[in-house]
Amino acid sequence: MAASMTTTAPTAVRRESRLRENIRLVLSYALLFLIALVFLYPFVLAISTSFKTLPEINERPVALIPQTFTLEGYQRMFALNVGRWAFNSFFIATTVTVSNVLFSALAGYSLTRIAFPGSRFVFLAIIGTMMIPGIVQLIPMFIVLKTLGMIDSYTGLIIPKMVTAFGIFLMAQFFEAIPREIEEAARIDGAGRFRMFFQIVLPLARPAIVALVIFSFQGSWNEFMHPLIVITTNQDLYTLPLGLAFLRGGLGQNLQWNALLAGSMLTTVPMATIFFFFQRYFIEGISYSGVKG
Amino acid sequence: MATGIKQQDRQDAIAGWLFMTPALFLFAFFVFIPIFFAIYFSFTDWNGISPPTEARFIGAENFRVLLLEDGIRRADFFKALKNTAYFSLGVVPMQTALALLLAVVVNQRRLRFKSFFRTAYYFPSITSSIAISMLFLFLYQRNGLVNQVLQAITFGLWQPIAWMADPRGLFHIIFGWFGLTLETAPDWMRANVLSLPVWDWISGPSVALMGIMLLNTWTTIGTMMVIFLAALQDVPREVYEAAEIDGANSRQVFFGVTLPLLRPTLFFVVTLGLIGTFQVFDQVYVMSAGGPAKTTLTVAYLVYRNGFTNSQMGLAAAIALLLFIIIFTLTLVQRRITEGKKE
Repeated sequence: MAASMTTTAPTAVRRESRLRENIRLVLSYALLFLIALVFLYPFVLAISTSFKTLPEINERPVALIPQTFTLEGYQRMFALNVGRWAFNSFFIATTVTVSNVLFSALAGYSLTRIAFPGSRFVFLAIIGTMMIPGIVQLIPMFIVLKTLGMIDSYTGLIIPKMVTAFGIFLMAQFFEAIPREIEEAARIDGAGRFRMFFQIVLPLARPAIVALVIFSFQGSWNEFMHPLIVITTNQDLYTLPLGLAFLRGGLGQNLQWNALLAGSMLTTVPMATIFFFFQRYFIEGISYSGVKG
Repeated sequence: MATGIKQQDRQDAIAGWLFMTPALFLFAFFVFIPIFFAIYFSFTDWNGISPPTEARFIGAENFRVLLLEDGIRRADFFKALKNTAYFSLGVVPMQTALALLLAVVVNQRRLRFKSFFRTAYYFPSITSSIAISMLFLFLYQRNGLVNQVLQAITFGLWQPIAWMADPRGLFHIIFGWFGLTLETAPDWMRANVLSLPVWDWISGPSVALMGIMLLNTWTTIGTMMVIFLAALQDVPREVYEAAEIDGANSRQVFFGVTLPLLRPTLFFVVTLGLIGTFQVFDQVYVMSAGGPAKTTLTVAYLVYRNGFTNSQMGLAAAIALLLFIIIFTLTLVQRRITEGKKE
């Protein structure tokens, strides 16, 4: 009697906890799918709405399937030069990303692997600027660009963004972790700093570079405040976010939703495509910055 | 040998500075020097249009007008500060709690489709703030999706509202249920404190501001969830197993084991949230331009509006400087709390 008690009681407890765990799992799934819907459905509705006619949008703004399928919104956007804006966004994001990776890697390497006099001070000064909020830098940036005559130009859009404190920080973190013996071996073979950097250390830092490429490109593609202050009159230099914001103001109270949402989707879809192919790196990148920041 | 090392040191010093040159040059021109410019211009009356050399030095006048002189500029500054504070107080706890909850749920060992959920929740974080603002502007219309969903889940009780055109404060609405309105409010509530009536200070976020708050929470949860997930994955499985053997239920495990281990990450996320919310700008620019009735006027938007549309660049520089001091202080307080808790 006593013996059977001791054998059945734990299994009963275990069965009960197993049941409870299963209930919890089912509830988790329900909750998680519902939340996924909250995060994704707005995009689905936006895509659908960008293919609707204006009267239909006013009448049935939440219907998922367009009654009459139209490219009116996209046509209007292309008539407004959205192609040029997309080119600008792409060109700026690419240039900024390439230079940011190169300059950040050079600086990060120099600051962590070469103990030159003053390196500690320079490192702290640069990392310290990460504390300065972007909005606070808005006016100083404008003053400098105006003084240098870089308002309303590609150079004003690109050059100030060619290196970031975050990029230097990220690369420095990685170089720090590479064993020094690797370079010692190269030094004995008579390699100079340039060869060590480009042939040995840089290839080892590939994960960090991929993360930085993604961060930079995403940051530049979505950037709004900087182009907003740099571009004051020349609409040919608009980026996608800037053009979109301009349209929202320009179209007055009766917003042409199919065109605005078509523009929003043209801004979102390229980034979304990159995200779906490289999402591992997005998430790794954010984890680096999160845990080590 | 000794000369060899010395020569190598010199070569290293040259290489070190050479590698730094592009970054240093860019930082000098676009970060370090501009900061001094900005401090200087906050003491001038520059309008942002005429050449910067024509700016007139006016001492601390901008700061006096913002902080000491009763008038529209002080009223706007404190209104913006009030709105930003409500924004931050609403968004930071909401995004942190939801991100943590999602991270813990997604991190469950036996859960499947993990990467789908992670991807779905993170997705809004990678999109353009302007495109998303446009999309939410559409969803927030009177006959839009948000109102229709609220109506469906309250079985028709919800009265559709034009979210982004609604200046009513949340606390004012709640006071109204108890019969307290501006008309019935006691006299002291109509008195001005820092150019703003007490009644305005206690308005709570307006409906329009709450619209932006919800949007901001929605787009940032994913990033914060990923940060929490990374930290959760560093927790050794044995820790949970030990807690289970001790007979702890899931709530006890969460509050007794997970949360204490996540404390550094939690404070990091809160700091990120504070810095982010105190700078909210893009969404305001697209969705409300500070309106209705200045209830979505944030400090960041006020900086922009004064500097770039009202041609008061000197005043805007002063506001930006004050904002920096506020954010810096908040971060320090935050750090003090973190370190205090560690001991």
